Amino acid sequence: MCAVRYWRAAEPKTTYEVVIVGGGGHGLATAYSLAKRHGITDVCVVEKGWLAGGNMARNTTIIRSNYLWEESAAIYEHSLKLWEGLEEELGVDVEFSPRGVLNLAHDLGEVRSSMRRVHANRLNGVDAEWLTPEDVAAFCPLINISPSLRYPVLGATLQRRGGTARHDKVAWAYATRASELGVDIVEHAEVTGFLRGPGGRVEGVSTSRGEIRGAKVALAAAGHTSELAAMVGLRLPLQSHPLQALVSALYEPILDCVVMSNKVHVYVSQADKGELVMGAGIDAYNGYAQRGSFHVIEEQLAAAVELFAIFAHAKLLRTWGGIVDVCPDASPIVGWSGIDGLFLNCGWGTGGFKATPAAGWAYAETIATGEPSELVRPFSLERFTTGALIDEHGAAAVAH
Amino acid sequence: MTARRLPDGGSWIDRSRPLTFRFDGEEYEGFEGDTLASALLANDVTGGFRSPILGRPRGIMTAGPEEPNAFVEVSQPWFDPIVAATMVELVDGLVAEPRAGVGRLPSTRVPSRRAEHRHISVETLVVGGGLSGRTAASAAASRGDRVVLVDERHRMNDAPDDVIGLPRTTALGIYDDGYVIALESTPELERLWHVRADHVVLATGATERPIAFAGNDRPGVMLSTAAAVYRRHFGVKVDEAPALITTNDVGLVARAMVMDGGPEEGPVINFQIDPISDELPTDGSLLVSGGFNPNLTLWRAIGGTVEYHRRFACFVPGKGPPWLKVAGMANGEHIPDCAPVWYVDGERTTAFVDLQRDQTVADIADALDAGLTSVEHVKRATYIGTAIDQGRTSGVLTAAIVNQMLGTGPDAQGPTSARPPAVPVPYTTIAGPDRGDLLDPIRRTRIHPWHEEHSAVFEDVGQWKRPRYFPRTGEDMDAAVARECLAVRSAAGVLDASTLGKIEVIGPDAAAFLDRMYTNRMSTLAVGSIRYGFMLGLDGMVADDGVAMRLADDRFFVTTTTGNAAMVLDRFEEWLQTEWPELHVYCTSVTEQWADVAIAGPKARDVLGALGTDLDLSPGAFPFMTFRDGAVAGIAARVARVSFTGELSYEILVDGRRALELWEALLRAGNAIGITPYGTEAMHALRAEKGFVIVGQDTDGTVTPDDLGMGWIVRKDDSDFIGRRSLRRADTSRSDRKQLVGLLSDHLLPEGAQLVEEDTGRTPMATIGHVTSSYRSPSLDRPIALAMVARGRQRHGQTILAPLPGSTIAADVVSPVFYDPEGARHDG
Repeated sequence: MCAVRYWRAAEPKTTYEVVIVGGGGHGLATAYSLAKRHGITDVCVVEKGWLAGGNMARNTTIIRSNYLWEESAAIYEHSLKLWEGLEEELGVDVEFSPRGVLNLAHDLGEVRSSMRRVHANRLNGVDAEWLTPEDVAAFCPLINISPSLRYPVLGATLQRRGGTARHDKVAWAYATRASELGVDIVEHAEVTGFLRGPGGRVEGVSTSRGEIRGAKVALAAAGHTSELAAMVGLRLPLQSHPLQALVSALYEPILDCVVMSNKVHVYVSQADKGELVMGAGIDAYNGYAQRGSFHVIEEQLAAAVELFAIFAHAKLLRTWGGIVDVCPDASPIVGWSGIDGLFLNCGWGTGGFKATPAAGWAYAETIATGEPSELVRPFSLERFTTGALIDEHGAAAVAH
Repeated sequence: MTARRLPDGGSWIDRSRPLTFRFDGEEYEGFEGDTLASALLANDVTGGFRSPILGRPRGIMTAGPEEPNAFVEVSQPWFDPIVAATMVELVDGLVAEPRAGVGRLPSTRVPSRRAEHRHISVETLVVGGGLSGRTAASAAASRGDRVVLVDERHRMNDAPDDVIGLPRTTALGIYDDGYVIALESTPELERLWHVRADHVVLATGATERPIAFAGNDRPGVMLSTAAAVYRRHFGVKVDEAPALITTNDVGLVARAMVMDGGPEEGPVINFQIDPISDELPTDGSLLVSGGFNPNLTLWRAIGGTVEYHRRFACFVPGKGPPWLKVAGMANGEHIPDCAPVWYVDGERTTAFVDLQRDQTVADIADALDAGLTSVEHVKRATYIGTAIDQGRTSGVLTAAIVNQMLGTGPDAQGPTSARPPAVPVPYTTIAGPDRGDLLDPIRRTRIHPWHEEHSAVFEDVGQWKRPRYFPRTGEDMDAAVARECLAVRSAAGVLDASTLGKIEVIGPDAAAFLDRMYTNRMSTLAVGSIRYGFMLGLDGMVADDGVAMRLADDRFFVTTTTGNAAMVLDRFEEWLQTEWPELHVYCTSVTEQWADVAIAGPKARDVLGALGTDLDLSPGAFPFMTFRDGAVAGIAARVARVSFTGELSYEILVDGRRALELWEALLRAGNAIGITPYGTEAMHALRAEKGFVIVGQDTDGTVTPDDLGMGWIVRKDDSDFIGRRSLRRADTSRSDRKQLVGLLSDHLLPEGAQLVEEDTGRTPMATIGHVTSSYRSPSLDRPIALAMVARGRQRHGQTILAPLPGSTIAADVVSPVFYDPEGARHDG
């Protein structure tokens, strides 16, 4: 710890080439990539609270790339490849742990959509396997595959390269390296408005620490992007919901992979410290309060103790909520906002953490060149006008 | 230092009820009313615990939930993998052993306490049964409020009059609008309370905090008020003349209480008088009082703010929700004046701040030196506050040390976010009764008992159990499904279709409303007729399908897919309530009121006739896509001529209570022609032979009616319906969209297989679509499949490929209608 030196707390200058709004994982990865790949170091990251204290500090750190559509698979797979080299890239142990991610299927519809995803992943160069219930038990013996379960395990997809990483370390490593390259990181500066130029061009931001001008302003504020966009009269197709996560008390190691079940809402891995880290379901209402409803936790834990008998005596230690911003097609928006000088990166929903390296990579390229990176070209805001949606949640089967 | 039980005294113990327990293999005695911690101290067991990371010897430091050291695993009479000894109520036969901060989850069955949930609604909930809490509860009760008073201790003085007192009950979390979750934990059960209160009063008291100094973690170091609690309530004296280090007068009072007012002996360091001291005793009993922190975890977790109080050197409540009040010490009342001493400089590497995470003043200094300046960052760099005690003794201390080291003033940063639950809760307690089959309601049709008696294999469809197939002796699924399909094609089959969603849509604007919800016009439907319809999402994509029957001018009966019944009703209500409140329409789910039995096959009419009905079944009098109300087998029925198999088919809807009677009558009447019950698997194969789609299987939220070759179902006039605007978007009218096709191949294609024009053997490989449905068609005696393929309708006659691991299957693109393309069979 003593040898470590983190990012420099900067006093904002009056003008930058790029101002990034949001000092979370995406904002920091973008700043790093602007500086490292594009040589743009005259960059300021403004963060309204403490660095990486939003969804970056609140997610369950699951990393995988086994998305259905090729557009999604491309960016998440690029991200996974970046994860695989991130330690070397940043020179920091971000505790990336490719321990394997299981996605369980509990009814015939889920089996069908899982098989489809495996087939699609394979042709997209994404590692994917289908496991029978017996294979599931062999891979993760804790999972109850009894046919007498309310929703028995009918199989699972497995992405062996998927896993987890240590969220804080990732954010801090990006911040530190970006800072070393000359990027100014300004915490406790809340954006209160946008500076507009001729033709409505965005030329900077007003913050609680003064005005900061930027030739380009890039939003990376997750659930709060719609509030920011509203300040320039832009109404985005985003809904922000609380999404809770929780940890158990500390236990000796029992679970060495990530297990996800959409049907019964269980997302779990075990942290090195010993906590079971679990993601709960999304709250149905819209809101910005970073707390959710208790019944969601009840449903989650009821399902968890069915699926993992050994969890029966585990204890809930802490719950919290993040705010997920979700587009109608459950895919992100990355690219030009339609207003000169303003770029958007939002709508990542539950995919934001795993996308961090690639989102930063592609968003930076888009900001630097003014042209969308090939990885994010399909994720333009324009798709809601053309209808070229990338419907990731529609891909889940509906029971007939 | 020798801790011992005094011959008398101890207001919480009952000396007439001795108890025996085992700790770490040794047998000891205690009394009813003891905690495991007080009983251990009474037996002079002051240490025996280890820190989780460094393995340093530790002892009991507190008398409450803030305990950072004395963690145990309880194995009898119930199992608890890790819990503070200060929170274990002593019972006869208790068996426990020390655990160093990390529990062990058992892989075998262990004794458990019963778990249950209760709900209560009151005007006032008071959290904390001390003087302030009791006063608040009495005041509320005397106003006429219904009052609940909860207290975490297992000994709470009798509740005030007219107050429901819940001892052993800890408020875990406060949610919006006075919703409080509390855990009642007794030796017999764990009960989760869901309390709805108009007003909540937090009388949660204050917790003494330690001071960080070198060696402050050794056994024998104890918070001063904890020693006083052991003396007063448990009759246990931790030492004859303990040393003291204090920042306030309460420390002095506590020590005097422990010493029973005896002569002042032993070293005392009082920072109010002597701000510097290097003479801290390194062994023997040492009482510590660093000041008092109001217990505001619950307050802060619901968004209450805190303010630093200079005289008391602690954070007191600021602003919070209007229905939430704080009283007593939690509100900063009766807190002693306190010298703001957080750590005693010296050897920082053994000056512990968070004992349970083994984190010291040195660790905080390192984090700050590395450039972290936020308490939240320090927490994440050191993990301070993340152990089982949730930083009760370390939270404010850490913030204060950070503030002091940064020189920012004591009010610059407060403790890190507070998050529920206030104490750890077993998963099973939170799950409560929702275990096993109660995890999610199981919905069974009225005919389910017959299915079970006839060896049906079931599948889960939403919450429903549906028969997938009915195997006879020696049959596997393929054989059973083939037999069931062929029976439908050659004679007749019966299907329990009761799970289909059914909604009555009633009111003068019902027809206009359905016109907006469906792509085709329902308002022109004649009474007595049926129309198949698609419902689109706002994005123009197929969301659900079903039929509408017009019962009267102002009354429709609408069906949905089984899994979407709730979604469709929800959608109806959302549009009616939020967008079109001017429409007079009422929607009622009647899914469970009506059972639905489909009889399908060329002999369906004969069977129905044999069964006895007052309906004229002749095709002229009862044409396709109409329904009639009448009697079938003496049962009032609504009979609809629709077909999901392509065969002559009747759906007979009856009062659910008579469904089994109808089912059995049909089987008897059809016995002579070999009537056969069929399940969902045969239904799926039969409809695939006809190219009928299943929404959610052949569609995935990205498919328009035109993509399915069903553009005819979308009306072309100017009237609006949901999804209409989206259908005109550029992408939706692309000519290269994926379209529904049939595939013929020599081998069965796996459902979900991706389709390509050319198998390059490399990734990524350009795909043109995927297989949505695939069956070994019994009627055609060959594999058939449905697929969504780019420009599919232009590809009829082409061969495309499905690259699979280890093989590639070639498939000819054909029309999706494999069987009876003329549609001649639905009239029988």
